[in-house]
Formats: sequence, structure tokens, C-alpha cells
Amino acid sequence: MLRDITLGRYYRSDSIIHKLDPRVKLFAVLMFVLTMFMGDRYLHLAAAALSLLVLIVVSRIPFSYIVRGLRFIAVLLTMSALCIVFFTKGRELWSYGILRITYEGVQKAVFVSIRLVLLILGSSLLTLTTTPGNLTDGMDRSLGFLEKIKIPVHDIAMMMSVALRFIPILTEETDKIMKAQTSRGADFESGGVIRRAKALLPLLVPLFIAAFRRANDLATAMDARCYMGGAGRTKMRPLRYGRRDYIAYLLIVLYVILMAGIRFC
Amino acid sequence: MSLLKLENIAYEYEAGTAMQVRALEQVSIEINENEFIGIIGHTGSGKSTLMQLMNGLLVPCEGRVLFRGEDINGKDYDKRKLHCNIGLVFQYPENQLFESSVLKDVMFGPGNKGMTPEEAEDRAKLALGRVNLGEEYYEKIPFELSGGEKRRAAIAGVMAMDPDVMILDEPAAGLDPGSREELLNSLAELHETGKTIIIVSHSMEDLAGYVDRIIVLNEGRIWSDGKKAEVFSRVEELEAMGLSAPEPVYLMKALRRRGFDVREEVFTVAGAVEELKRLSGGPGNA
Repeated sequence: MLRDITLGRYYRSDSIIHKLDPRVKLFAVLMFVLTMFMGDRYLHLAAAALSLLVLIVVSRIPFSYIVRGLRFIAVLLTMSALCIVFFTKGRELWSYGILRITYEGVQKAVFVSIRLVLLILGSSLLTLTTTPGNLTDGMDRSLGFLEKIKIPVHDIAMMMSVALRFIPILTEETDKIMKAQTSRGADFESGGVIRRAKALLPLLVPLFIAAFRRANDLATAMDARCYMGGAGRTKMRPLRYGRRDYIAYLLIVLYVILMAGIRFC
Repeated sequence: MSLLKLENIAYEYEAGTAMQVRALEQVSIEINENEFIGIIGHTGSGKSTLMQLMNGLLVPCEGRVLFRGEDINGKDYDKRKLHCNIGLVFQYPENQLFESSVLKDVMFGPGNKGMTPEEAEDRAKLALGRVNLGEEYYEKIPFELSGGEKRRAAIAGVMAMDPDVMILDEPAAGLDPGSREELLNSLAELHETGKTIIIVSHSMEDLAGYVDRIIVLNEGRIWSDGKKAEVFSRVEELEAMGLSAPEPVYLMKALRRRGFDVREEVFTVAGAVEELKRLSGGPGNA
């Protein structure tokens, strides 16, 4: 199950999407998210879903792989949907004591849930098709001008890249520790909430230690290679736009126009 | 009836994706009580996968795994109980220590096996004795132990469950020679009490002095499964797979080539010394 956390994990493939400049992909995700929150009709969701579908097919990442990552978010989804269902005012559908479900509540819950799923799929697509190194480069270049007003863009980009990279590392560690403790008879599955929470101790303590140890090692390794922050760092392969990137930018702009059109017509 | 039996096992990782890998193919092994087995193979040959299939952490894609005649992946089979009967020690097991004292950590396993706290404590102390961690260690915080001590404590944690089979992945990795020997001797002592011990390792020298039987994995298949003398004598073939024979074997072969009448089935330095002494007619001779 832990292998299924696709957020932050890179899926190696040879598709056009993988080869796009990371700045294009960052811009795409930004526009995707903005238009999603601008959108308030099912037509918006449909357009977004359709575009995502096309992108997923082009990226040659198996659909089952992407959907697996959603399983992990299922809890969050259900909780937010429930909150909306029970706390939105409107025409009553069903009630029991102080609990009320309204027609508007259900509608809103469905809409918001679908939107959340699409947002997560869209962002996953970014990390699935872009290596953390590439992502950092992209953020560095596109936001570099902010350094002039003393915003440490490079440092932030580096921190984000390391954090993203640590997600699969930590899930791997968790997997290893779980296996080791399970082999000693630990039970992570059965029992009530309190029992299960207690059972997590043999997992969490070693995991924390492993995380700090890894972070420490990484810092030492970076030090040993003379990393001293962003000032004056050059790149072995600087980012350069190609024709497919310009076409991609065009398509993104068209998408934004389409979404705006649906909103304002 | 054998203790642990693998029948035609196959295992695949990431089935259905671009990263699909067939880790094990047509693996059949029969293991009995009181055996001391070494599993060797190049990196990626399927050793870790095999280990985890043996204690039920992984379920084979094809084939069956039988413990005392029962299919461990069958419906309703109690895997938790199995884990207490087939003890698995992963590489760098010190990473699994988590309790506030060494004794408590070692008691974790037997506690999970269903023993009372008193029984668990007795078992834990017994296990700690086997790995030469005495009373002074009981109340220490695991994290203030040295690397070698932590390693021994972790292994004691599995020993304390009193499993019939213990499978260890590179138990001596990263230890200094003294600690290596101590640890392997502890395992040998355990073997003398009738347990089956399986060690997965890259170090031929480590295994040579202790195991009777060697299983060689190559590219996910079993290349050889037999007495160590048979396996270690096939030096060229081992090298072709990225492995080697224990060093003393090379020495003996070289001596034979020069006409000295030495036995070839010598796998340890001590054994080589004995053989050379015999050859020179006793200590003191040139």
C-alpha cells in the first residue's frame, strides 16, 4: 500500500510531457489550479477532466498507476465531503436529530470532491513527469527575479525539491520498518483506534530516527560537495526552450481562454 | 515432512507497469530441522525476495510455500504466528530498535507471540545471553549502544521469539572482525540446539566456516543447492556469476597445481593452517 503514494514520485518514461521544459509544466499546473477555482460549473470540471485524460494518455503513464495514488487521499476526500454535506444550509433532504443533509449540501459535496480529485491528479502529473532536480531548476529560473527583492527563491526551491524527494524515501523506510516489526509479530491492522495508535510506536520511533539520519547524511554530502547556497551556481544542462515548449504554452493559453469563456458566457 | 518447503515459486515486482521485474522463477527448496544453510547470489539475484517469501511477508505469484505441511498463504492461516516461528532479521536490523530499554525491546517479539510479561522477560534475557549482552545492558537505552551492540540486541529481539527457523540477511555486515566472529558463533550455538539457521550473504568466508549447505541464486533461479564442498569447488562458474569461492580454496588449488598433495575441501583459514601443518609434517618444519 505504501508503494502507492504517487505524490512526489517520478515515473520514468519517454513521452512528450516528460520532455517538456519544467517551466512550462509549472505554468500549466498554476493555470490549471487557478482556472479550477475560477470555475463553478460542471462544464468546467468536464473540460478539466478531458484535458487531464488527454495529458495522461500522452504521458504514457498507466492509468492504474495514477489512480492508485488517489486511494491514499480517499480519507481526506470523504472527510471533506462529509463536512460539506452536513454543514451546508439549504433545502432539507433528510434529517435525524441535529444532523441535516440538504440538497445543496450534496450538490456542493459532489462538485468539490470531483474538483479535489482533478486537482490532485493534475499536480501528480507534474511530479510524475518531472524529476525533482528538473523541478528545482524550473522554479529557480522562473522565479529567479524575486531574488532581487531578497526572497531566497533558490533556497526555497531546494527545500521543496528535497522535501519532495524525501516522500518516496520515507515511504521506503516505513515499508522496511513495517516489514521488520511485522516479522517480530507486530500487528498494525487489528484493534480499535487507540490500540492501533499505540501499535504505531514501533513504526514511528525508528522512522523519525531514520528521517533525521537521512537528512543529516544529505546535509553532510552536500557540504562535502561544496554546496554553499544558490549564489553563483551554474548548471550542467541549462534550461532551454524548444519548439514543443512554445506549442505547449499556446495550448495552455487556449485552455485558460476556454475556461474563462465557459465562466463568462 | 519437511519444515519449510517452497514449491515452484515465482515472484514479480510492479506487475503491469513499465517497471515490471520477474524476481524469482521456478524456485523449489526443501528445508528441514537443524540445518545451517547459506544463500548466496549476485546483487539482484532475488535473495531478499526469497527471504520474504519464506516468512510470508510476500505472497508468491506462482507456487506454494508450506510450513510444516501447511500452505502459509492459505485462507485463514495465522501469519502472525508464523512470524514468531520463522524469524526474519533484515539487513541493519538495529534500525528497528524503538523501546526505552534494551530489555523491553527484546521483549517485544515474545510479547507479540502471546507470552506473559514474565515469560517474555525470561526469553529476552536468555536471548540476550546468547548474543553476549549481559545484565548491565538490560536497562540501557538502545540508542546509546555501540553499532555492534545494537546489532546484537536487534538479533536477540528475533531470537527471543524462539523461532524454529531464523533467516538473517547479511547479519555481519559492517561489523568489525571480532564482532563478526562472535555473532556467527552465537548463531552456530543456536544451531546446536536444533534450530535451522539460514544466512544470506555476500561473504563466502563468513558462510564457509559455519554452514553445511549452500544455495546459489542466479538471476532469480536456483543455480545450485547442495553441500558446501560441492558448490565451492566450482570456482570458475561462481566467478562467472559475479561470486567467488572462499579465499582458502584458491590457495589450496594453487598449491595442488604446483604438485602439493593438499585437500581441496578447505574453506576456512583455520582449516588451511591445519592442512598446511599436516603437509609439512608438523609444527616447526619449513
